[in-house]
Amino acid sequence: MIKLEAVSKTYRMGRVEVQALRGVDLLVESGDFVAIMGASGSGKSTLMNIIGCLDVPTSGRYFLDGTDVAGLDDDQLAIIRNRKIGFVFQSFNLIPRTTALHNVEMPLIYAGAQNRRPRALAALESVGLADRAGHQPTELSGGQQQRAAIARALVTNPAILLADEPTGNLDSASSVEIMKLLSELNREQARTIVLITHERDIAAFAKRIVELRDGLIVTDERRAA
Amino acid sequence: MNIFEALRVAFAGLLANRLRSSLTMLGILIGVAAVILLVAVGNGASVQINNQIQSLGANVIFVYPSNARGAGGVSQGFGTSQTLTMADVDAINSRQQDPDIVAAIPIAQSGGQITFANQNYFAPTTGTTVDFPQVRDYQIAEGSFFTQDDVTSQHRVVVLGSTVVTNLFGTTDPVGQTIKINRQSFRVIGVFAAKGGSGLGSQDNVVVAPITAVWAYLSGGRGKNISQIVASASSANTVAQAETELTTILLQRHQISDPTQADFQLQSQQDILNQANSIATALTLVLGAIAGISLVVGGIGIMNIMLVTVTERTREIGIRKAIGARWRDVLTQFLIEAMVLSGLGGALGIALGTALAVEAPHIPAIASSSFPPPVVSIPSVLLAFGVSVGIGLFFGIYPANRAARLHPIEALRHE
Ligand SMILES: Nc1ncnc2c1ncn2[C@@H]1O[C@H](COP(=O)(O)OP(=O)(O)O)[C@@H](O)[C@H]1O
Ligand SMILES: [Mg+2]
Repeated sequence: MIKLEAVSKTYRMGRVEVQALRGVDLLVESGDFVAIMGASGSGKSTLMNIIGCLDVPTSGRYFLDGTDVAGLDDDQLAIIRNRKIGFVFQSFNLIPRTTALHNVEMPLIYAGAQNRRPRALAALESVGLADRAGHQPTELSGGQQQRAAIARALVTNPAILLADEPTGNLDSASSVEIMKLLSELNREQARTIVLITHERDIAAFAKRIVELRDGLIVTDERRAA
Repeated sequence: MNIFEALRVAFAGLLANRLRSSLTMLGILIGVAAVILLVAVGNGASVQINNQIQSLGANVIFVYPSNARGAGGVSQGFGTSQTLTMADVDAINSRQQDPDIVAAIPIAQSGGQITFANQNYFAPTTGTTVDFPQVRDYQIAEGSFFTQDDVTSQHRVVVLGSTVVTNLFGTTDPVGQTIKINRQSFRVIGVFAAKGGSGLGSQDNVVVAPITAVWAYLSGGRGKNISQIVASASSANTVAQAETELTTILLQRHQISDPTQADFQLQSQQDILNQANSIATALTLVLGAIAGISLVVGGIGIMNIMLVTVTERTREIGIRKAIGARWRDVLTQFLIEAMVLSGLGGALGIALGTALAVEAPHIPAIASSSFPPPVVSIPSVLLAFGVSVGIGLFFGIYPANRAARLHPIEALRHE
């Protein structure tokens, strides 16, 4: 469960201060599928980074499964990211010159987990990419890379998946494919998904749509199932 | 992150930038090879010096005249006065007070222009007695050594070292020939077997004659001078007792009660060895330190390339952090990469340095000179490898820590 209370984030660049978030309250229950929309620069990625424990709020509080994240140090945040959160990025962010299988294995290595190979293979299989396990990122199409990235996000079995414009670099066919995969993960495995997009038809895959404007939530609607 | 994974990543990174990795390794490689080779050269010199000193004879003790007596304790150094006599040698050889001494011989040195037919050669002529081969550990290769009768009767006979024979006789058999030393005729009656060793103070560049003949024909009117007495102790363990016995006999004979006023000085082979070794060790250290500087330069090269690598892979570091890499995971990864670079460079440097040291004596220019063959020592190899890995660690810490402290978001935004 994700709970944000009056979360603000201010970036300071020299003398200029940019208020990326200005007091965001947000509650995301387990198993929900939320799309965050908004214009470029409205603070979507900033919000996502805070939810994903990649960054900490300037003010306000963030509870992840009841723990206040503000009090954690860098290594503790890394452990939370490893265990509780899976990231999917717009630019895939697979590690170059490393096979899909090894990329998927990576979070397990940092977790010090056992049976890494079989688990990584299973994750690849669940996204339909088992036959490309030995391929390096450059040998995969955009859609395949994003599926490998989703497998990597899933491999530690995290409760939350965070996807920042996951279809931003994909053609429409691959985009639909990826969105169907995410919906399926939400529906069948009850994973909480927070998705960032600025496309209506992509957001339409979610159960709930939150809209940001200038660092504030302006609308928050649950779609009729 | 486990070490195996860190090694895998390190090798993948190095292979991805082969040229760059090779050039970086080259810095360490040259440094380590230089250390190995120069230390081997130092060791070789030390081994050679040791061999030469060993070849002075087994367990020998040298007695030199000194000027301590009456001069207010100011010594004027070895051999400047003439306080040693044949009677001293006889007293030592009577072996009534010195059970630990096997034999003692007098030495009278005389410089000399030596000629045979139309050949000229310069070698010192040593006047001594019949125990010379035993005390100084010489073997006779041909002919014989001179006898007590030759000494008593001042016979003009000489025994030659192999270097002298080579230079003076070429292929002619020297035994039975007559040579001239300072225009005095001497008959060659024997040749010493070569002791080996080369360079300064070679033990094969000797001409040995009865001391009485040297006094009579070559001393130029300086009388019955003895420049040193060489005594041989019965074993390495009895050298110290033998020295005490020698001191007692000579103090008694010279009627000196205060040992600090002695008119002679003792020096054992061990003393000379110790001195030579401390010089050789200093030489080796200096050579090693000079080579060590190039290792430091190699280390700076590693630091430089690791900083480049960290910058290039900033995004990768961001990804790794996003999926759960902790500070020490990233630190370990880059430290190991730096250590693999330097360790590989070090291993190759050891191979190169050792190969050069082993091959050096086969290079004609070196083989024909008196340059001592380098001796590679195992500790220097282990040390060099350890140091090269350590250099990777030391010079890798800064770049690795820089990588490990990157903020995940900023790293992910990096292009
Ligand atoms: N690291 C940063 N340093 C300074 N300003 C930033 C940084 N990250 C984001 N911003 C600023 O914060 C605002 C929100 O950015 P972001 O969350 O990336 O928006 P979005 O993802 O909705 O396009 C923008 O004005 C952006 O310029
Ligand atoms: Mg964004």
